[in-house]
Amino acid sequence: MTTITEPSGRHAVRKPRRRGDRSPLASTGLHLTLIIASVIAVFPVLWVLLTSLKPAKFATTTDFFRETTFVNYTNLIKDTEFLSWFGNSVIIAGLSTVIGVFVSATTGYAVSRFRFPGKRGLMWTLLITQMFPVAVLIVPIYNIMSNIGLLNQPAGLVITYLTISVPFCAWMMKGFFDTIPREIDESGQVDGLTPFGTFWRLILPLAKPGLAVTAFYSFITAWGEVAYASAFMVGDENLTLAGGLQKFVNQYGAQWGPMTAASVLIAIPAALVFLFAQRHLVTGMSAGAVKG
Amino acid sequence: MAVHTSQSVAKAAGDDVARGRSRGTGNPPPPSRLRRALSVHWYAWTMVAPVVLVIGVIIGYPLVRGIWLSLTDANERNVARSIGVNEMPATYEFVGVDNYVDALTGTQFLGTLGWTLVWTVSCVAITFSLGMGLANMLNRRFAGRSAYRMALILPWAIPGFVSVFAWRFLYNEDRGLLNKILGGAGIDGIPWLNDPTWAKFSVIAVNVWLGIPFMMVALLGGLQSIPAEQYEAAEMDGATAWQRFRHITLPGLRPVSTTVILLSTIWTFNMFPVIFLLTRGGPGEATQILVTQAYKFSFEISPRDFAQSSTWGVLILVLLMLFAVVYRRVLRTQGDNW
Repeated sequence: MTTITEPSGRHAVRKPRRRGDRSPLASTGLHLTLIIASVIAVFPVLWVLLTSLKPAKFATTTDFFRETTFVNYTNLIKDTEFLSWFGNSVIIAGLSTVIGVFVSATTGYAVSRFRFPGKRGLMWTLLITQMFPVAVLIVPIYNIMSNIGLLNQPAGLVITYLTISVPFCAWMMKGFFDTIPREIDESGQVDGLTPFGTFWRLILPLAKPGLAVTAFYSFITAWGEVAYASAFMVGDENLTLAGGLQKFVNQYGAQWGPMTAASVLIAIPAALVFLFAQRHLVTGMSAGAVKG
Repeated sequence: MAVHTSQSVAKAAGDDVARGRSRGTGNPPPPSRLRRALSVHWYAWTMVAPVVLVIGVIIGYPLVRGIWLSLTDANERNVARSIGVNEMPATYEFVGVDNYVDALTGTQFLGTLGWTLVWTVSCVAITFSLGMGLANMLNRRFAGRSAYRMALILPWAIPGFVSVFAWRFLYNEDRGLLNKILGGAGIDGIPWLNDPTWAKFSVIAVNVWLGIPFMMVALLGGLQSIPAEQYEAAEMDGATAWQRFRHITLPGLRPVSTTVILLSTIWTFNMFPVIFLLTRGGPGEATQILVTQAYKFSFEISPRDFAQSSTWGVLILVLLMLFAVVYRRVLRTQGDNW
């Protein structure tokens, strides 16, 4: 699986020549299929971007450009709670990520390196919690949050998101620790480090890229979470982005202007970081998933 | 999953700890099993303690409570709550497995389960086939490959709820782009989200659109790990393209595809945002999957039916766990060490 990070040049050299020798017809077919697929993949996103630059009254026209303007953006920021939603999302997703990574780092290392009674059970628990539907926990967590007064509070949502991020981070970090050679642990022990010292001084610095990817992925998971956010947060200024965007489009009508502008502001930073990190991301996820 | 993979080395690490400890303590009388286990494994246990604690407190406890609620008749009116300064005690009662009997003998659960299965199987099957096709195309050398790859990954990079709203915008019956295009071609607009059949088609299309990038990238990684020599050898032996695909590519992709199919089945089965934000389960209950229906019971109807919602939640979990166990068993009988 790690080959995906290799420079493709190395493959290119080893690849048999036949791969370049497609007939013109096959070549055209290949490009045509990929162009159609790419258009389908990109178009909805592009269309939202273009719409956000049109004045609201032209939002549903089919013209690609029509009186290009940033009025949707200025209105969004001036007239709505968009900035509070953005801030709420940043705080909630950020905190749950940091706490999640912090809490689960040692566990990822322990299940990667040690054999101990309960390890099998723990691994199974981590795996099974990944398939917990939101439906199993949402009612009890809602009731608990309501009892301790954390409903509609960012702290409540942070705690709730830990149920997602902690098992996920531990699972994914195990995959990253597995890729670090065990000789390093052994050398640490020769030098008289305790297992924890080995982890802290030698392994953790090496695992930084893995930690970053895990953190990033749990951040965007929390960033895009809908069910808990919709159920737990009410009132205009307490919403997260997922809840806020629903304000613009409901069964009574749609304000496409602010909706598209907000979509762009939410999507572009996430997309840029994602495209930057995705190679490592896939390696990490599949390492965790395939090697178990 | 493959818990065994790391055992040989992990054993060595564990033994090292053991030796280190016993050397330090000299020659103690034979300690009890628990104490011996503690002295050998206390590092590992300390290191996993935070996660065990978190899982126990914020997943384990709510889970137990959820199972308990599913055995009661709890709803909005009889759970413990505070109105102003008054604390109202809980008045709901234990009803045993009544909720489960109701769910499993009534038509609503089974009907929703039926559509959930159709939704899951078609989404996974279509996503997997298209992802496989695109991965195979991208695995060749040709001009513009990385540009295509970037474009095709884009849907994965956009937060899911944003994409779903983008599609709602395109699907809009009166003013959406899709119907305008159809109108331009002289075709009547399609009630994408307002007709039960079209709505089913529409939600599947969006979920496939969302799911292909992950599938494609994972399979592409798998394809790149298949040694090129195997293809060369097969070609020497005169194997056709289809034979090469069947006998080299598919078996070579097995470890990756079994994992992604398992993952995407579980994700699709529980795919809350697509259904919830696109159709809210409607029109009627046509696109309601188990998860969104369970959510509806506790957050959208009045009085909120916590007991029924929890019952559905537990049933979903049981179904998924059964699926994972059976899937794993089937793979094992087919000789996969997974």
